[in-house]
Formats: sequence, C-alpha cells, structure tokens
Amino acid sequence: MLDVERPRATDGRAPDVFRPGKWVPMRSYDENEVVDFAIVGTGAGGGTLACKLAEAGFSVVAFDAGPFWRPLDDFVSDEKWQGGLYWTDERITGGGDPVELGSNNSGRGVGGSTVHYTMIALRWRPEWFKCKSTLGYGRDWPISFDELEPYYEEAEEALKIAGPLSYPWGRRRKRYPYRSHPVNAPGLVLARGCEKIGVKWSPLPLATLSAPRGMAHPCVYRGFCAYGCSTNAKQSVLVTFIPRALKAGAEVRDLAMVGRIEMGKDGRAAGLHYHRDGEWRFQKARNVVVAGYAIETPRLLLNSKCDQFPHGLANESGLVGTHIMIHSGPGVWGTLDEEIRQYKAPPCMAVTEHWNYDDTDKKDFHGGYAFMSQGPLPVGWAQAVAINRGMWGMKLRQEMTRYNHVAGLRIVGETEPRRENRVEVVEKKDQYGLPIPKMTFSYSDNDRKLMKHSIGSMRAVLDAGGATDLWVDDDTSHLMGGCRMGDDPDDSVVDKNGRSWSIPNLWVCDGSLFPTSGGVNPSLTIQANALRIGERMIDMAGRGEL
Amino acid sequence: MSEFRTPFPDYDVLDKWESPSWNDQTREAVRQRLEEVPKRQFLSAAQWSLLEAIAARLMPQPERDEPVPIAPWIDDMLHKNETPGYRYADMPPMREAWLRGLDAIAAEARNRHGKSFEDLPPEAQDGLLTDVQHNRVDKQIWGDLPAGGFFLHHLLKQVVGFYYAHPLAWSEIGFGGPASPRGYARLGLGERDPWEAEEHELHDA
Repeated sequence: MLDVERPRATDGRAPDVFRPGKWVPMRSYDENEVVDFAIVGTGAGGGTLACKLAEAGFSVVAFDAGPFWRPLDDFVSDEKWQGGLYWTDERITGGGDPVELGSNNSGRGVGGSTVHYTMIALRWRPEWFKCKSTLGYGRDWPISFDELEPYYEEAEEALKIAGPLSYPWGRRRKRYPYRSHPVNAPGLVLARGCEKIGVKWSPLPLATLSAPRGMAHPCVYRGFCAYGCSTNAKQSVLVTFIPRALKAGAEVRDLAMVGRIEMGKDGRAAGLHYHRDGEWRFQKARNVVVAGYAIETPRLLLNSKCDQFPHGLANESGLVGTHIMIHSGPGVWGTLDEEIRQYKAPPCMAVTEHWNYDDTDKKDFHGGYAFMSQGPLPVGWAQAVAINRGMWGMKLRQEMTRYNHVAGLRIVGETEPRRENRVEVVEKKDQYGLPIPKMTFSYSDNDRKLMKHSIGSMRAVLDAGGATDLWVDDDTSHLMGGCRMGDDPDDSVVDKNGRSWSIPNLWVCDGSLFPTSGGVNPSLTIQANALRIGERMIDMAGRGEL
Repeated sequence: MSEFRTPFPDYDVLDKWESPSWNDQTREAVRQRLEEVPKRQFLSAAQWSLLEAIAARLMPQPERDEPVPIAPWIDDMLHKNETPGYRYADMPPMREAWLRGLDAIAAEARNRHGKSFEDLPPEAQDGLLTDVQHNRVDKQIWGDLPAGGFFLHHLLKQVVGFYYAHPLAWSEIGFGGPASPRGYARLGLGERDPWEAEEHELHDA
C-alpha cells in the first residue's frame, strides 16, 4: 500500500511535484524563531491560506500529519494500493446514523482531501449565506455571497477550473478559465433524463485541466480521481497552492502531527507541539491557525485544554465540536441497454442543481440538494452492491458482470446544523498518546424528508434517461461545521474572519467554520473563504491588529 | 445459480501489461498482488480455514482450480492492523471484531449441526451465513458483537473488496483496469476504445 515513512520536506528542500524524483528549494525556519503563522493542516483551508500569507510576505510554517506525496512517482492506478491517501488513525463513529469516515471524507497528506476529491468546483447558491433571512431556515452566515464572490473568482482562476460557457444556476459570472470537458456516458444519461422531464442540467465545472498548464498536461480521463491523480491534471492544493507557497518562502513540515497548542501566560497562543520523526518538538509562532478539517480541528482545540482553558481552546461557548454536518448522499442506480463504462473519466461530470434553486417544489422540507452522475470503480462498486443490497455468492458475481451497463446518480444533500451532532474526544489514546475523536451523527426529520424527495427526483431522471431495475443505496459525503463562525461570541466559536473570540492569535480556517452545509460540494467555498480570511489577516496586520 | 457466465470471455486485462495503459508503478503494485500472496500471520489455523470456507461461499469460484486469494489478504490486513479509519461505536476494534466474529460463526456451526462450518454442505453454510447477516443468531455465542454488522461491514465488505482488487475479477466484469498514462479517448454512450474489453453474449467462464 501507498506509504511514506520518513518526512520528505527537510533540509531546505521539498519534493518537486512536477518532476519525478526532483526537489524544489524550501525555506527552513528555526523552531525558536517566532514565525508569523503556524498553520495546522495543508488542505483546502490551510494550504490555500499558507500560499496567500506567504505571498504577502509573512513567515509561514504549515504542518501536515501526512506525507508529502509525489503524484508522478507515488500514485498507482489501483483502488487498494491508494488506500494510504486516507486518514486511518483510530476514530469512533456513532449516533443514530453513524458516518463512514476514512476514504469517504478524510484525506491524509499535504494537500489534504483535495488529493482524493472528485474536483467538483461549484459556488454556493447566493441566498444560502443568508438562508435564515431569505429562505427561512438554518442560520445566516456572518458573511454574504457578495463578500465571497471575488474570492470564488480568485480560487477558480488559481485552479484553472474547466467549466461550461454558461452555468445555468447562480449569479451571472465571468467565463471559467478553461473550457469544459466532454461529458462521459453516465453524465449523458443524467442529461438525457433531465431533458426528458424538463429540468436543467449542466456539465460540471471541474478542477482538472482541459488544456495544458505549465508542467501539467490535460486530464487523460483515466477515472481514478478518487484515488489520487497520477498525471497532475487534478488541480489539488498539493500541485497548486503548495508549490506557490513554497516559492513564496513558506515551509511545509510533512508527517508532522500537531498534538497541542501551547498557551502563554499572556492569554495568547505561544506555539504548537508536534510529533515528527519519532519525537515531540515545539514551534514558536505569533499566530496559530487550525485547519485540520471538521474532526481534527475541534479535536486539537479540545486536546489543547489547560488550566487557563479547562474546556479546550476557544470553547467558552461550549460549541467546539458541535453542529457537525455532512452531506446526505442516497444514490439511485440502474441498468441501461447501452454500454456505459462508468470507469472512464472523472466520476462526476454532469449535475442538476434544479432542487437547490427551485423553491416551489419543496413541499415538506427546507434546504437543497444537487445530484451528479457517478463513476465507481470495481472494488467500491462491488462493496456498495454487496452492502446495500445484502447480495453475495454467485448472484453477486453475476450481477457484477453488468458493471459496464450501470449508471447512477447521487445527491449532495444539505443537512441541518444540530448541536447534538458533534465531535468529542474520548479517553482512548492514539499512537501519539492523544485522545482519539468520536463523531456522533443522526439525521433530523427534515434531513430525511429531503433525502426521500431526492430519491424521487433521481428515480424520475434515471428512468427518463433509459435506466431500468432501479435501486437505491445509502451513502454520505463531506464534513462541515464543528467550529462555526458567527457574529455572536455566545453562539459561535470564532468570528467572521476565523479568529477565536477569546484568544486573539488563534484562528480556524477550514470547513469546520461552516454554519450551514448547503447542497453542493464544499471545497471551493472552503478555498474561497480561506483566500478571504487571508486577505483580512493581511489587512489587519497592516492596521497593527494582529 | 452455480455456474458463472461472463460477457468478456476473451478479455484479459493483463494483456495490457506492456501497453501505455500501465506504468512501472502500477506494474509493481499488481505484480506484488499476484506474486507475493502473504502467508498466515494473524489468524489461527482454524480461523484461517474457516475464513477460506466462508470466502468460498461469499465469492464462489467453482470454475477455478486456484481461486483468487482472499483469506491471505484479510489476514495480512489484520496483521498490519490496517483499519479503514473508523469503527462503529457498537463495534469493538477491528482485530477483536474479526476474531470474535469468526469464532462465533464456528460456534454457531457446531451448535446447530454438530460439525465445523467447513464440513457443512454448501446449502447449510449459506443458510448459516444468511442467518448471521440477518442477526438470527445465538446471543449467548455473540455477546454484544452485532452479527449483522460484522457480516456486512467487515466480512462481506473485505471478501468482496479483495476479490474485485484482482485482475481476474477486473477481466470478468470488463473493467478497463489501470489507465496511466494512456487513459481513455472515447467517453460517450456505447463508445469503446480499442484497448477496452469487447462485450459478447453471456458465455460460460
């Protein structure tokens, strides 16, 4: 299995992700030097922010618990082998509807989950940022779409998003940087079905190249996107913001697990303790940013409890770890006469956001969902069929021979932020001696009504698209919330810029900031928000407010 | 249903070994899977033989003299403690779940039939496994281990997962297999690249 045992980003150099076996120079900071920013996590939140801050001239050290991959050298076209991409440290998952973690939603390595994500790059529906005021449900974000819009554009440009000439939903926007990819067969089934029932569809805007970019060539449609891109067409943080950050003078420390944030007597964070190459070390920092995603971020804040902050850092409100959200993800599958061969090209290439934007049809629920065409590979597909249908034996083996005739749809469905859905730490310790996290999740009645409605919509589209023998499976995706941002210290963990209400040099910058979950994939919003937070930090530094 | 039929009787994904669909990294990973099947390291001999018998029912391969190995990879996974990154709150840690689950199936067989699971006729084996799947088990034997959960989320998931990670399985379902650096050119409905499996009417394997 894919594995890297020793840190690679050391001695003033880091892997060159664009050239096999080669290196790029990297600035190294002394641990006793008080760096401007120590960032925990290098995914969509932390990696993006590290780049923004380094390019503004700050001294930045970014830590990641996982390896610094070399995609061209390391990544294999194999589902099992690539299992090393995922966060597999021990976690407990419970509640009424326990969420599958690991490969389902948790990356491990420089670039975070963007290394294995399916590259869907959608903006949020503008009203969702004020969904309470405008649509009457959920809660308002402390920022508006207007505030985020320029950063969506910046993120899309940075990732050279390949998208359609005009996207049918949302506010009018300028052209995507790169042309749209051709839609594969599963996407065409979605298109055919949507057109037949009179619902709009679109090719998905994707963060994979449709034309050359620097040393990276366009996507070859190998279809292993969820298992890491071996050609660098995927515009993960690992091959976009991280190389830029290094060039601008940031240091990345790979295989460096941050275990505790140290508090100074002055009530400010003094730095962080991290485990690397077999020992605990300490980095001093002027600011600490936690960007470990919705489980590890609250976990680190809780595990950093001390005499001054006995309930964990930034936790005066008791909200750290609460209001965790996922995207519900029932899918509908069917068989077609035509050959589909769903293993080819990015797994999700077509979408309908009809039920995110049309509010007239939602009779008994609030919130929204999008659904996308799908492209599972054999191991994942066989496990889904076996577990969801309870099928095994020769019946399963024979059923699997229809793999090339299968097409499916799956939603990204909004779930409600609820206090009882949360991340806590338990007594059991991991390999570093740190208390492990436990996630508790249950769907609400509204969540269930939304899923039920979506299954009806997907059935209608798939049926109209020509599929027969339809069946439904059960899945989830993404993690959001746990350290929500807000305008009220009693009702949020951090302010609108990710800054702790109680510790002025402690920040959060990742998907855990989300107050609500929306009905599209979160990565582009996490990245746009990280760029926005970076710019606010730069502004504040200019005014002497850091 | 006991006879397996594939629509891809003349397709072998390994024929692409030297083609631009495979690179050195992938060749090495698949070579290890084919040539370095691990020896027993974690399970007892009895547990191993039981697991082989169970795997032969969950993923039967009657047409093969040498079936795709499954038990060795599960044993290897347990030996290395390669967990999926989470465990359900009502489940013990992975290794404990497997040991207790396998022992419970062995005990169910002895209790019900006075024989080891391996010595039961296939219909009785399937009947017992179906009962485990649907939690129709002896609580005295299983204790607080959820039988159905163990069956679906450990036993069936891993047996099926290791089977469909093997090139023979890729070939019989017409999967394109490894695809770096070449990838694919024809993506549309009913479109096939020359290096993809050609489908036929169902044939006996």
